[in-house]
Amino acid sequence: MTSLFALCDCNNFYASCERVFDPSLNGKPVVVLSNNDGCVIARSNEAKAIGIEMGEPFFKIRNMVEHQQLHAFSSNYVLYGDMSDRVMQTLSLFTPNVEVYSIDECFLDLGDFYDVDLFSYAWEIKRTVTQWTGIPVSLGVAPTKALAKVANKLAKKSAKANGVLVLTEPYHIERALEATKIEDVWGIGRQYAKFLKNHKIDTALDFINASENWIRKHMTVVGVRLHRELRGESCLELDEVAPPKKGICTSRSFGKKLTSFDDVLEATASYAAKCARKLRNQRSCAKVVTVFVQTNPFSENDRQYYNSKTICMPVATNSDIELIHYATIALKAIFKPHYWYKKSGVIVTEIVPEHQIQFDLLDTVDRDKHTSLMKVMDTLTDRFGRSKVQVAVQGIDKSWILKSDYKSPCYTTRITELPIVYSQK
Amino acid sequence: MSNAKVISISSQILELFDFDFLDHLKVPIYASYISAGFPSPADDYLEDRIDLSKYLVQNPTSTFMMRVKGNSMQDANIHDGDILVIDRSLKAADGLPVVCFLDGEFTVKTFRKVNGKAFLYPANPAYKPIEVTEEMDMRVWGVVVWVLHKPVKL
Repeated sequence: MTSLFALCDCNNFYASCERVFDPSLNGKPVVVLSNNDGCVIARSNEAKAIGIEMGEPFFKIRNMVEHQQLHAFSSNYVLYGDMSDRVMQTLSLFTPNVEVYSIDECFLDLGDFYDVDLFSYAWEIKRTVTQWTGIPVSLGVAPTKALAKVANKLAKKSAKANGVLVLTEPYHIERALEATKIEDVWGIGRQYAKFLKNHKIDTALDFINASENWIRKHMTVVGVRLHRELRGESCLELDEVAPPKKGICTSRSFGKKLTSFDDVLEATASYAAKCARKLRNQRSCAKVVTVFVQTNPFSENDRQYYNSKTICMPVATNSDIELIHYATIALKAIFKPHYWYKKSGVIVTEIVPEHQIQFDLLDTVDRDKHTSLMKVMDTLTDRFGRSKVQVAVQGIDKSWILKSDYKSPCYTTRITELPIVYSQK
Repeated sequence: MSNAKVISISSQILELFDFDFLDHLKVPIYASYISAGFPSPADDYLEDRIDLSKYLVQNPTSTFMMRVKGNSMQDANIHDGDILVIDRSLKAADGLPVVCFLDGEFTVKTFRKVNGKAFLYPANPAYKPIEVTEEMDMRVWGVVVWVLHKPVKL
């Protein structure tokens, strides 16, 4: 069984979302700030070029923003969630098997696509996503997920590749592994990278040339699987390798097609709990939860449906109970009866360290506040952002409201916040 | 739907209803009149009520909305305050209304191709067409597929 995967990832996703609705930002340095406008969590290439670091506190760059040398945005997860949804839905037209890995990354299983011209197919995917959604993407195509990661990274870095790299020839794979530093390999953390470098393993090529026994002795079973994957043997499940810090995704295809809300909820709730556990494992909390559901696009007799819903929770959390609660609200908003669902997933984003949470609601059992808050959340889940949202928010103690002085409108989810198109010339 | 129960409605029972349950009581719409005589073969196929968003939005992934400000397109039935439904998956072609990005803002115009040259035409005698030149920073953002217009300000 030959395997083949594409990894599609959105270039500087959050900055790109802002640019879709304000193209004047193209070619200018753009950063997106963490909640409460604390620090930089995303940078355009131009912002990287002028030396803005990831995690840079906002007060250090405020001056540049005020002098228009830098454009800063508060994070607008409602917008990013919707744009992510559009990208993923577009991708799912190209293959029956799409595995959403994080808010801006997605594996496409191209299992039996060896007879198509992969290079032009990858370009077709890239062109379509950018044309339809406005989001620029890069694609790496290779026989395994870990190699697709390698290909994707090089596709972004190399001017010649220009965002698309197909690695199927052994010689090309070897050159690519040689050009990949060990610390840049998917799933190799800082500790392991250091350890491997001490053993003269500096590149991915050095890594695959090490013996499997040696790897087994010194690394976890995931290390062994990575080793095999980089040698071209597909064996990694998505959730075996933690996605980047900016988002954790738990998603699986169902063993059989499900159609009842309760069944899909049961699966989705377990994914939410998994996300919560992953968060607790890395001692962090998430502020935003996205749920998606999907039918099987290649089941010719089934009606097709894919949808996702993003909810910004009142306080960052890593509790099963809370995440399941909000995931359920999100699922209710998108679930439609009479479809055969093949897959659902939960993605958590806006991840903050446990000790940095703004404000801990749940330890202060204030039921009035809690109830009114739930009301706000319920109205927020309303796709069309009824104006009630604002009224309810105003009715709440102001300490709830995080600072987001630089927030762009929710261009795609609120009828009151549509972009303006001028006809004055 | 098929196993909907007959429910005796009394005020006590009504209080126990939740809305989810009411959803299951939707009345099906039959494709043909119920009349005495021949049963229609079409009765086997229930139809959903028209879903306007499906009609307006052919391709949800690539469809966006914007609000109009100004009156330079009034003769093309695009008025101040209207909402445009824009599909990015369509290519600009001669005669189509487009949203483009020009001089730092979104603007709506009719796209024209004349003798290999591209023009952006307003639909209001007070404004002049714009020829699109190489050095101009003009990009078509999407094609306007619907104009949502209220006949009176409500």
